[in-house]
Amino acid sequence: MTDKPSLSLDFKGLLCPMPVVKIAMAMKQVQVGQLVEAVATDPGVMADIPAWARTSGHELVELEKREKDFRFVVKRAK
Amino acid sequence: MIEKKNKLTMVVLSGDMDKVMAAYIIANGAAAAGTEVIMFFTFWGIKAIQKGNLTGKSIFGRMLGVMNRGGVDAIGPSRLNMGGMGRWMFKLMMKMHGVTPLNELRDAAIALGVHLIPCQMSMDVMEINCNDLIPEAEEPVGVAVMLEHANESSIQYFI
Repeated sequence: MTDKPSLSLDFKGLLCPMPVVKIAMAMKQVQVGQLVEAVATDPGVMADIPAWARTSGHELVELEKREKDFRFVVKRAK
Repeated sequence: MIEKKNKLTMVVLSGDMDKVMAAYIIANGAAAAGTEVIMFFTFWGIKAIQKGNLTGKSIFGRMLGVMNRGGVDAIGPSRLNMGGMGRWMFKLMMKMHGVTPLNELRDAAIALGVHLIPCQMSMDVMEINCNDLIPEAEEPVGVAVMLEHANESSIQYFI
């Protein structure tokens, strides 16, 4: 089973670096252990969000390419 | 030997739209990943943290203020500016593609806690004072302070 995200964000139309900037800002709005879900249209997120997670230390729970967009879920780790 | 921190120090010498944009994008990416970011603005780079008002005191300083107007909205691309046409075209194209404009990139960097530090010597030479800079700009410093930051940074850039 998966936990329900505490925050769902719409990053559609945003280009680099805004998806990374906005997900980082969202981490400050939730508690440690809570999930944030986001949907983006920039294909760059497929590489950038995992890289951001590795450097920031937050946990990338899901990342999927869908028909028209990309969806990812991140857990605040610290 | 000083231990390297999770820190990035960037010297921004260029005042062109494209290069300043690259600088703010890198700063945003790093700050978003939890890296402490120092941006040291020198020479033309000062324009990236100016409010955009006319500057200068002496005749030369005022001439420079007119011909080298600061502020993120006034700066043009390093190539194909064509007397401002290029700036207009690039801004329009970036808007069409949904690229975040320069002023919003700078606001995001500020919101993420990026340090914007002006170079004292450049400000003296170009007759730009602290009131001509955006309020988020920190106190002007010299090369020694910048090098101290760079020395403990794991990433350094010169743009």
